[in-house]
Amino acid sequence: MNILVCISHVPDTTAKINFTADGSALDPAGVQFVINPYDEFGLTKALHIKEAQGATITVLNVGGPETEPTLRKALAIGADQAVRINATPTDAITVAKSIKNHIQANAYDLIICGQESIDYNGQQVPAMVAAFLDLPFVNACVGLDINGGSATAKAEIDGGHASYSCSLPMVVGGKKGLVEEKDLRIPNMRGIMTARTKPLAVEEGEGGSHTAAVSFAKPAAKSAVKLVPADQVNELVRLLHEESKSI
Amino acid sequence: MIVVFVESWNNQFKKASFEAVSYARSWANMAGCGVRAITSASAENANQLTQYGADEIATLELAQTGAGIGAQLAGLVGDAQGVVVAGTALGKIVAPTLAALTSGALSTNTTGTPTSTSPVTVERGAFSSKGIETISLNNGLPIISFVPNAIGIKEAAGAGTMTSAEAAGTDKLTTNEVSIASGKVALPEAEIVVSAGRGLKGPENWGMIEELADVLGAATACSKPVSDIGWRPHSEHVGQTGIQVNPNLYIAVGISGAIQHLAGVSASKTIVAINTDPEAPFFKAADYGIVGDAFEVVPQLIEELRAFKAAN
Ligand SMILES: Cc1cc2nc3c(=O)[nH]c(=O)nc-3n(C[C@H](O)[C@H](O)[C@H](O)COP(=O)(O)OP(=O)(O)OC[C@H]3O[C@@H](n4cnc5c(N)ncnc54)[C@H](O)[C@@H]3O)c2cc1C
Ligand SMILES: Nc1ncnc2c1ncn2[C@@H]1O[C@H](COP(=O)(O)O)[C@@H](O)[C@H]1O
Repeated sequence: MNILVCISHVPDTTAKINFTADGSALDPAGVQFVINPYDEFGLTKALHIKEAQGATITVLNVGGPETEPTLRKALAIGADQAVRINATPTDAITVAKSIKNHIQANAYDLIICGQESIDYNGQQVPAMVAAFLDLPFVNACVGLDINGGSATAKAEIDGGHASYSCSLPMVVGGKKGLVEEKDLRIPNMRGIMTARTKPLAVEEGEGGSHTAAVSFAKPAAKSAVKLVPADQVNELVRLLHEESKSI
Repeated sequence: MIVVFVESWNNQFKKASFEAVSYARSWANMAGCGVRAITSASAENANQLTQYGADEIATLELAQTGAGIGAQLAGLVGDAQGVVVAGTALGKIVAPTLAALTSGALSTNTTGTPTSTSPVTVERGAFSSKGIETISLNNGLPIISFVPNAIGIKEAAGAGTMTSAEAAGTDKLTTNEVSIASGKVALPEAEIVVSAGRGLKGPENWGMIEELADVLGAATACSKPVSDIGWRPHSEHVGQTGIQVNPNLYIAVGISGAIQHLAGVSASKTIVAINTDPEAPFFKAADYGIVGDAFEVVPQLIEELRAFKAAN
């Protein structure tokens, strides 16, 4: 079984976000980049499948050379090989086209993405990859069972859950639940050593883009909190009604 | 023509459905064109979309999955100047599928109506609410998926011509089961959210949180550790790695206000923090705060709100 895990390279969740002085882009100074948290669940799920029934796991990122440490980390966690598609990830559709081209040139049985990249919060790439390839797609996937050539998947939907089945290959947009948080793996020493010699191929990707980031700004700073004494809860109710008009 | 996909649940429209029509109307007014709503043939009283500004209401037999619906829409938007989809769980599949199949230009997580129409330019949330991105949709059909509650519902009269449509779109998934908690307000589109954290000490103490939510007609939510330990379901976990909410009012009880939690809630219009610790970081992100014990403050708040509701 061949599994592709698509990984985006994003600022650590604790990172303070700043933009360049002209507001045109993220200022990467002082920001630590990590495997997108949603993709960590996907990678661990792939390892579980590999351990249960055998599989080759390829991790893929569309990005510049600066993302290679993130791919090496995925190799250290247990992926077998990595591919970096050398293209600037200008927008989701361009990234998805690059991923589609790679999938068409290689036979994968399962394509695992995360539900969302926590940098640009697109929630676009996995659905686009599935649409380009005309493959079944389960988003917000919180459970996946592979049985031979088919799968059953559980998804979060608004206010509840749904369960689906389909034949492979399929595309998944995964999140916590695909595996549990306690099952997430961190690289150990042996993993880090072997990762150095695992293959990391570089392929060329698509260019062009359909959208353009005009500018970035930080949200306006909040004014200081209004504290209400704990024995005057009625005052809070009044403020919520008369001042903020929330109730 | 601005085309809007209008979702229904159990044949009923949701708030986000009407908001989608309102969004399309605002955009159409800027672009100087009409609004065509596309919705399920089984939706009851589809003509009510007229009062939010739909000029044409086209109904069809919808596919069951977002990917199937996205493929159907791709066959129906040939003459559109733009497409609007609400950012619900379903919409989050429909919009990118449509963008891929039409080679369109998509903005998701959009927080306001267009600021310009040539090219279509909007603001959207990025870096989990730590940034605001202005994005232009330059190349291909402009498609906008907006965050529920971004603009609210606005009444506006449309022509409301009813038509029917047909379009192919195959479901590639077999749906085995759909289970939706009835009577509960869905978190992503809730106007008020009552959320609690580890400060509540244990799952047995959530009764008062549910009661508070009940009085306010709110959805309940929690911090990540609370769902990790199993006190509350995963589907209630808000934050950077959970659900991002956009309510008018977010009440945080016994939550410290870690950066990852705030990333999912700071788009809320008004935030109230209730915490014993005056140094809790949530007070820096909140509009109103009470330094106090949740076990004393929350029951009082429920009582005061009941009195307020009875009087108003
Ligand atoms: C990669 C990553 C992703 C993460 N993603 C998320 C996320 O999406 N969402 C999220 O929530 N967290 C996330 N976290 C976790 C986050 O860093 C915090 O650990 C978490 O939000 C803390 O939850 P809490 O406030 O409920 O608990 P605590 O930090 O333990 O805070 C409990 C609070 O309750 C107060 N308190 C105690 N007793 C009372 C009382 N009787 N009355 C009132 N107040 C009381 C305390 O003063 C304290 O402020 C993430 C962490 C990582 C590393
Ligand atoms: N540049 C990228 N390279 C590889 N995978 C990506 C990239 N961007 C997004 N993805 C995948 O698509 C998922 C959703 O991303 P997004 O649509 O950007 O929110 C991520 O969790 C990844 O699995």
